[in-house]
Amino acid sequence: MDEEQQDREQPETVRCSHPESDCSPDATDSLDAAAAAAAISSHDPSLSDRDCGTEGPFPGKSAGIKIISSTNGPVEPDLQGPGGEGPSERTANHSEVSVGEVNGRSRPEGAEDEEDRPEDVSDSASTDNTLEDSSEFVVTVLTRASLEDQADGPSSEPSGLSQTPPPSNQDEDVTAESWRQHRKHVFVLSEAGKPIYSRYGNEEALSSTMGVMMALVSFVQTGDNTIRSIYSDEHTVVFMQQGPLVLVSVSCSRQSEQQLRAELLYVYNQIVSMLTQASINRIFERKKNYDLRRLLAGSEKILDGLLNLVDSDPSFLLSAVHCLPLASALRDSLSQILQKAITPNLVFSILIAKQQLLTIVQEKTVIEDARLEPADLHLLLNLIGASSAFQAGEIWTPICLPLFNPDCYFYAYISYLDPPDCTVCLLLLSTDKEAFYAVAECKRRIDEGMRAQNALSSIAKAHSYSASQVGVPDLRHFMYKPFDVPDNHRQLTQFTSPEMEAPYSSEEERSRLLDLYRYMHSRIHSSSRPLKLIYHVAERETLLAWVTGKFELYTCFSPLVTKASAINAITKLLRWIKKEEDRLFIRSPPKYSTTPNPSKSSRGSKGASDRPDGSDNGFLSLL
Amino acid sequence: MALRELKVCLLGDTGVGKSSIVWRFVEDSFDPNINPTIGASFMTKTVQYQNELHKFLIWDTAGQERFRALAPMYYRGSAAAIIVYDITKEDSFQTLKNWVKELRQHGPPNIVVAIAGNKCDLTDAREVPEKDAKDYADSIHAIFVETSAKNAININEVFIEISQRIPMSDPGVGAGKGFKLRRQPSETRRTCC
Repeated sequence: MDEEQQDREQPETVRCSHPESDCSPDATDSLDAAAAAAAISSHDPSLSDRDCGTEGPFPGKSAGIKIISSTNGPVEPDLQGPGGEGPSERTANHSEVSVGEVNGRSRPEGAEDEEDRPEDVSDSASTDNTLEDSSEFVVTVLTRASLEDQADGPSSEPSGLSQTPPPSNQDEDVTAESWRQHRKHVFVLSEAGKPIYSRYGNEEALSSTMGVMMALVSFVQTGDNTIRSIYSDEHTVVFMQQGPLVLVSVSCSRQSEQQLRAELLYVYNQIVSMLTQASINRIFERKKNYDLRRLLAGSEKILDGLLNLVDSDPSFLLSAVHCLPLASALRDSLSQILQKAITPNLVFSILIAKQQLLTIVQEKTVIEDARLEPADLHLLLNLIGASSAFQAGEIWTPICLPLFNPDCYFYAYISYLDPPDCTVCLLLLSTDKEAFYAVAECKRRIDEGMRAQNALSSIAKAHSYSASQVGVPDLRHFMYKPFDVPDNHRQLTQFTSPEMEAPYSSEEERSRLLDLYRYMHSRIHSSSRPLKLIYHVAERETLLAWVTGKFELYTCFSPLVTKASAINAITKLLRWIKKEEDRLFIRSPPKYSTTPNPSKSSRGSKGASDRPDGSDNGFLSLL
Repeated sequence: MALRELKVCLLGDTGVGKSSIVWRFVEDSFDPNINPTIGASFMTKTVQYQNELHKFLIWDTAGQERFRALAPMYYRGSAAAIIVYDITKEDSFQTLKNWVKELRQHGPPNIVVAIAGNKCDLTDAREVPEKDAKDYADSIHAIFVETSAKNAININEVFIEISQRIPMSDPGVGAGKGFKLRRQPSETRRTCC
């Protein structure tokens, strides 16, 4: 504990691990820890009042607890530290966390500290001086890099930083206070320290700041180590290196490091989707100081749009796709229209309305090799959302799906079916660069098919549902994500969620609820102490999150609910979802066969590929 | 009335106003905050020219460098190319010269080239003198106009001039362009999976 005291005097937290450590966000999914056995972890309501501190002001000055943490172990430091000493220290630390809370620290960050501290202590004790040096280095350079106010703590910061971020603007003055107060900055730079992208402000103006970031990365690298994150009272700085690119997130959103890392991965993947990983690597192999902005010029809006979506759409948090609820008969008939309009080398036909999935039809042999990941679909949805030019005509563009195959392009045909409203969007992906006219012909057939069935007006009537339809009085909102079961592993991961209604109808309240969900998500997926069930009494609502082998569920209740009635409500909710699942989810994405066999055999194979495995769909076999 | 299809592609640096010109021509509208084109956007518009109907199949390509390699796909088989530069950006005029060179080397032999100096409403910020551009256009026998998509200046005129320059009833140019495109051998073909 003495060491710990010492460490807390260190001005910054630097978490390091060896380079080989994998920073995949998926690592968080393992729920192995026995400690997390399905017990309800409930907070003392009196403390928990502050649990949802993300929305409240932070009164007074915080205790200013700062830590150095480094690990020599792979992936997650926290469970590998000082073995048996862990638990007792943890207990001791609980009190300190509450001190922090009394001082106005928000719980999510406090919770992080609580988990990390014991290991920090022993690790920094066991490593040599370089790390301590590096922490001082961090402080000095950050100070010089005009991040000083953020790094030094919140003492003089106004409260509620995150509440009203000024409108984003690439020409923003990067020396202005308003620039610093953005809730989440994201920077992308090359290994040579060249700026590639900044969410706010001009990259050029930030080149010295980015230079400092690269200096940090390389400094830690010379010690055969990798910098992962820096913690200060207000901010979390997360570093991620992907090939020749370095991505940095500077956030005061109180999200967990894992969540921020997952978001950076989305940014990286969006860049890959435009250039492919192979060509990024090739470019930098040839010329270390290449200015990648040359190739990304004009695409900044796509990255801006992605980051806005990441902040406002829970699909990214859950890594799942949101489907528009639709009567299964209608969805099936839409799928059949798509199935009939095919051409050689067509691999995916996707129909989207209101940024949600209506249906997706996939090429049979292609999908046997690799599946379409929700993350790839998110990137496609973002691409569609980020271009108003799409509404005018038919778009033909190369696009890489990084999780499907990071090194080559698909060719995407994008067109709206209902101009000038532009709500229903058709997306056809082909592997043939020259196939535009053939694919455009598929669109005409789809157009005809839709018109014959008057499908567009049926789609226009489709809308999301209200939580009140579940029939549980205290239930305000929920997010339900069924897991794939092994024999159905080609299923697209989906989730369902009702509209956010009062009291979450305003932008602020909505993002406050999302923050609470993010907090619950970070607790459930905490790498140091994962939980299976968490009952969280917040100031204005009560949340319950539950993860099993079959599903992941986040629910939000009115604050007066009791634990017993919440559990009861969840049983009812699960029964309701089971009853409605045909409407809420795409049960078995239909397939077609367009194997490069340019005979007109498509029709024949269609029948055979029509829902071949509709029965082995293990969706929601929970109840 | 006879219908002829004319494939036209727009080339030029990013941000010079290619999409705005097309929007003005096709929809007669202007959006100052238009997003950059991704890949290429395909639109059609049919206009009457003398006693023929000319259906313009317009490929509005993205000016961003990362889409540069795709350009041959769009100018191949084109009856005409409109190369656009921004009169307030000298660089974009240099890019234009590179496009002309590329078309001369790899484009269809009889392609009609039109040079459009866009944003001519911004005379205060002009960097490319009209005479220089005009002389250059004459030296390569190209159509030349200064345009403003914002104020709808000379937009329709570009397309009318193209209609005039296209040789009368040449079936090879007019018909079946889509298939023509596909039959061409593709260079640097990268296929997935």
